[in-house]
Amino acid sequence: MTNQPMTETYIAQSPSREAWRMFRRNLPAVFGLGLLIAIIVITLYGAFLYQGDPFDIVWAPHEPPGVTPEFPLGTDYLGRDIVAGLLMGGGPTLAVGAVAALITMVIGISLGALSGYYGGWVDNLLMRITEFFQVLPALLFAMVLVTLFSPSLWTIAIAIGVVSWPQTARLTRAEFLKIKELEYVTAARAIGARNRRIIWKVILPNAAPPLIVSATLTIGVAILFEAGLSFLGLGDPNVMSWGLMIGANRDYILDAWWPVTFPGLAIFLTVFAVSLVGDGLNDAFNPKLRER
Amino acid sequence: MTFSFLLRRIGYGLLLMLGVVILNFLLIRLAPGDPAIVIAGEMGGATEEMLAQIREDYGLNQPLLTQLWIYVSSIAQGDLGESFFFNQPVAKLISMRIGPTILLVISAQALSILIGVCLGVLAARKPNGIMSGFVSVFATIGYAVPVFWTGIMLIIVFASALPIFPVEGMQSVRLRDAGPVVKTLDVLHHLVLPAFTLAIIYLAQYARLSRASMLDVLGSDYIRTARAKGASERSVLFRHALRNAALPILTVAGLQFGNLISGALLVETVFNWPGMGRLAFDSILRRDYPTIMGVLFFASAMVVIANILTDISYRWADPRLRGRT
Repeated sequence: MTNQPMTETYIAQSPSREAWRMFRRNLPAVFGLGLLIAIIVITLYGAFLYQGDPFDIVWAPHEPPGVTPEFPLGTDYLGRDIVAGLLMGGGPTLAVGAVAALITMVIGISLGALSGYYGGWVDNLLMRITEFFQVLPALLFAMVLVTLFSPSLWTIAIAIGVVSWPQTARLTRAEFLKIKELEYVTAARAIGARNRRIIWKVILPNAAPPLIVSATLTIGVAILFEAGLSFLGLGDPNVMSWGLMIGANRDYILDAWWPVTFPGLAIFLTVFAVSLVGDGLNDAFNPKLRER
Repeated sequence: MTFSFLLRRIGYGLLLMLGVVILNFLLIRLAPGDPAIVIAGEMGGATEEMLAQIREDYGLNQPLLTQLWIYVSSIAQGDLGESFFFNQPVAKLISMRIGPTILLVISAQALSILIGVCLGVLAARKPNGIMSGFVSVFATIGYAVPVFWTGIMLIIVFASALPIFPVEGMQSVRLRDAGPVVKTLDVLHHLVLPAFTLAIIYLAQYARLSRASMLDVLGSDYIRTARAKGASERSVLFRHALRNAALPILTVAGLQFGNLISGALLVETVFNWPGMGRLAFDSILRRDYPTIMGVLFFASAMVVIANILTDISYRWADPRLRGRT
């Protein structure tokens, strides 16, 4: 163990390793990461394990949880297995959340980067467009898009991405405005780097920490969004999802609390885990903020 | 605050609204299928006669720019089209529903700011105390709970176990002939659960934000001065610190308005609140596009107005901004 201090100083030289070291010490963040991994593994493995169709009617309707061993969480108003719904519904929810967050980040970062880097009329135009999109109430706009272009997992993910990028664009723009004045950007330009290279290879990596945090939180928001749309009955009707389970059973909540409670808990735990990870990353990238 | 600032702000707001109208127009045309059938709605069971009438009204046989002009000018005259499902002008449908939505959104906003800021200020007094821990845990939970699910859970609790608040609608049928005071109280009684449901998410965010903002301000020199001159703790917190910490809260409150309307949409659906969200939901299920587009238009108008009000109150709250245009 004599070389321990040396490894420590060596590790401290890489910013991402340094951040990971900080992250590991943050108990809630590690808990969140563990929870998130557990949820992903359970939904992936569960869908693999459970061979049947979650839409199948397998038992009497409204069987309470803990009565029949085969259906530990009971059945819904049609007699569908709730455990099956939870296992099979997680995958689509998570996938749509991830894809939607990816689309959000791609649109937001591209527009924000162009806006912040070039300034002038480009900035003016792009910021007006951003403001325009911020005026449209996101969920309503997404509902309109999904209805117009028929609901499928792809249209839902695209609709969520199209309505949620403005905040990312603003954040990216602010970072670019800050970083483009720094010396190493001038240095890169002095050795002949072109705009495209400066934007993507010089500035973007240095703007990464806040964007990674924002991307994490965006996944959480996108999952809630997908759940909201499916709850309203605007999800893909052929794919089981947690929001759909709540929406389908909402007329019977006073007869049976379990068909709506468990999927809601699943959504809550997933987004909770994602936001713990996001907060942990935020603290890890900004050690100075930890006191807050 | 100068008059020209206000004028320019309103002009820009109108420009944004024109953008919304053009977007509505494009969306209908971009949707797969014949626009006339899209407008009539799939549930409308439109006859050939009706479709011809729609083509005539919207000028669908004319060039695209002429169609746009017809659409924009009819909206400028307050004509949002006819809902083929409800068989009523869209403007009339919305005018009946906009009041309850505004009531819900504003109550939720007020509730969340009031409670959130109080929690945040209490937490800022002791940055590492129990209250601070509570605020950050509560904020993370508030962010992660789906708002429609909170509503459903509250309905389950308050419908059977603790029946002190009504869980559905905005008015009791049995009080239809009661006086205005009783009726108002009845509406407020119905408002408690929906407003609280909607407030929970934002409440947590305001608590977290005002805590951070207060901590920032509490470290500044003028707070030390206020303490040195012997101001009481309460006076330091609420008169000296909170006033200066309020600006970021105001900014977020303005930005949050659009999200609040999105949340109201879900909450209205859960609690059967007779507002625009409920109308949007019903019309989307029926593919009643004129109504959907009308709701999108009015909801965006509400956000634009809220943004203008935020700008005005910003200048009112921060004297440093008043000189600038």
